[in-house]
Amino acid sequence: MEALLLSLRLAISVSALLLVIGIPIAYWLAFSTWRGKFLLESLVALPLVLPPTVLGFYALLAMGPRGPLGKFWIALFGHGLAFTFTGLLFASVLYSFPFAVQPLVASFESVDKKLLDASALLGAGNWRTFLRVILPLSLPGVITALVLSFAHTLGEFGVVLMVGGNLAGVTRTVSIDIYDHVQSLEYAEANGMALVLLLISFAVLSVVYAVNRRVWTFWTAK
Amino acid sequence: MNSAMLIAKFSKSYPAAGGPAFLLNVFIELQAGFTILFGSSGAGKSTLLDCIAGIARPDTGVILLNGRTLFDSATGASLPPQMRDTAYVFQTLALFPHLSVEANVAYGLSHLPEPERDSRVTDILQLFRIAHLRSRKPALISGGERQRVALARSLVTNPQTLLLDEPLVGLDAGLKSAIVNDLRAWNASRQIPILYVTHSREEVDSLGECVIALENGAVVGSGSPREVLEAPRNRQLAQAIGFENILEGTVLQLRPSDGVMRVQLGANTCEIEVPLSHASPGDRLNVAVRAGDILLATAKPVQLSAGNVLEGNLEHLDQRGSIVIARVNCGATFIVHITPRAVRSLALAPGQKVWLVLKTHSCHLV
Repeated sequence: MEALLLSLRLAISVSALLLVIGIPIAYWLAFSTWRGKFLLESLVALPLVLPPTVLGFYALLAMGPRGPLGKFWIALFGHGLAFTFTGLLFASVLYSFPFAVQPLVASFESVDKKLLDASALLGAGNWRTFLRVILPLSLPGVITALVLSFAHTLGEFGVVLMVGGNLAGVTRTVSIDIYDHVQSLEYAEANGMALVLLLISFAVLSVVYAVNRRVWTFWTAK
Repeated sequence: MNSAMLIAKFSKSYPAAGGPAFLLNVFIELQAGFTILFGSSGAGKSTLLDCIAGIARPDTGVILLNGRTLFDSATGASLPPQMRDTAYVFQTLALFPHLSVEANVAYGLSHLPEPERDSRVTDILQLFRIAHLRSRKPALISGGERQRVALARSLVTNPQTLLLDEPLVGLDAGLKSAIVNDLRAWNASRQIPILYVTHSREEVDSLGECVIALENGAVVGSGSPREVLEAPRNRQLAQAIGFENILEGTVLQLRPSDGVMRVQLGANTCEIEVPLSHASPGDRLNVAVRAGDILLATAKPVQLSAGNVLEGNLEHLDQRGSIVIARVNCGATFIVHITPRAVRSLALAPGQKVWLVLKTHSCHLV
């Protein structure tokens, strides 16, 4: 139970953080005309193809007492990042980055350009156009981004193992807990946890697909 | 009201789909009231509006609105669309789908205090007869109502000019003229220049006080609808406004005393008389004749004022609704529009020998 609560806390924090960081980055990716944009696009997509262990390994090095992030953190707070909840949060944000940013970019890009022109011609600056036109029309993308980063964080294993280790109540998430139970041949406990995770994941994905199929309409009646 | 309020003199080249770059090079001056910008699709009409509105940027030139510089390539000045005081109604209308009619119309008034905003929105909704729709979403109102909302949304900001990109396309004539009348009523007290883009000949006839014809990125005529459209000076324009016959010819002989010249059409045998113009024998030109301006006879007509009576062979008849399209070969092939009644009373059939009568002044040089 402790592990499940920890996983949920981590997943909620990651999706909230990713929304805050992801929206400006997605906006830039969707509307910038810079020719080197593909470089940042590739960087954002990197966690999709890298083994979690590779990502986790570099995150661990960066957060370690001799890594740049670790040194910075020690100077600031007096303790290191590796094997803490905050460290886990950092690594998880990186790992789920494309799951938040890509749906946001796609939905920002799909807003009719004429609506943006119309908004500008009616006197609205970029910020107002974003708040009043782009964001409301991208609501399904925002929900997809939130839900996918939540679900993806909930299910992560390799990254947690690399940077979080296995400290009960601090970094032992559901997936680690299940692995532990199986290692100790406690199949019943493993099964209980696995089933909960399976059901949550299914529920969460149903939300994504329902949103994308417009089962709930947001503005049109059609 | 003789001074131009909107002056745009600029050029812009942009990549065209699958071809060489398209060059838009225009000089237009608009007075208060309606000006029709007429041209076939791909003539550069929308890009012209985009440049005035500030959505697209010309390569070189100037755009002035009531003496204010909107764009000047010499100084690098270019006001953003937000600061041009230009209203622009797109063909797609671009209503915000998630906002109510009222919120759409109020969108450009966010800088105003609420009471003033509300009263202006209410006024314009009433003027355009859409007050009863204020809480509806755009998806739930009719096409004509949507067009009214788009107009109201643009005009409520009191713009200094209004650009309309075929906004009334797809509406029936009655609905269209009702909307145009409301627009004229709105402009009666304001007197701003309104540039109305269309590719429809009928709209030009019904709206036009002043027409600018644009073809292939260049202005090919301006003036009253009659001046511009009755005597097209350009082959594409002639096609766009419905000259069914556009024939290549060679000038044979000038007769200045009669005000006419002889032109040979096609390869050899067909020779016609057309109005005199600046040309010399041997020059190549195009002669445009409306299919409805040609008379067809089954016996050789005599004692006519018309300069051209051509003998030919009726090759083909094709009934399209209330008109019959006849194809006649007189050495050059002419398309002639006649009524089904004429087909019956003259007992016309393909293969028959016929005579075509063309008035000299129905033959336009383009």
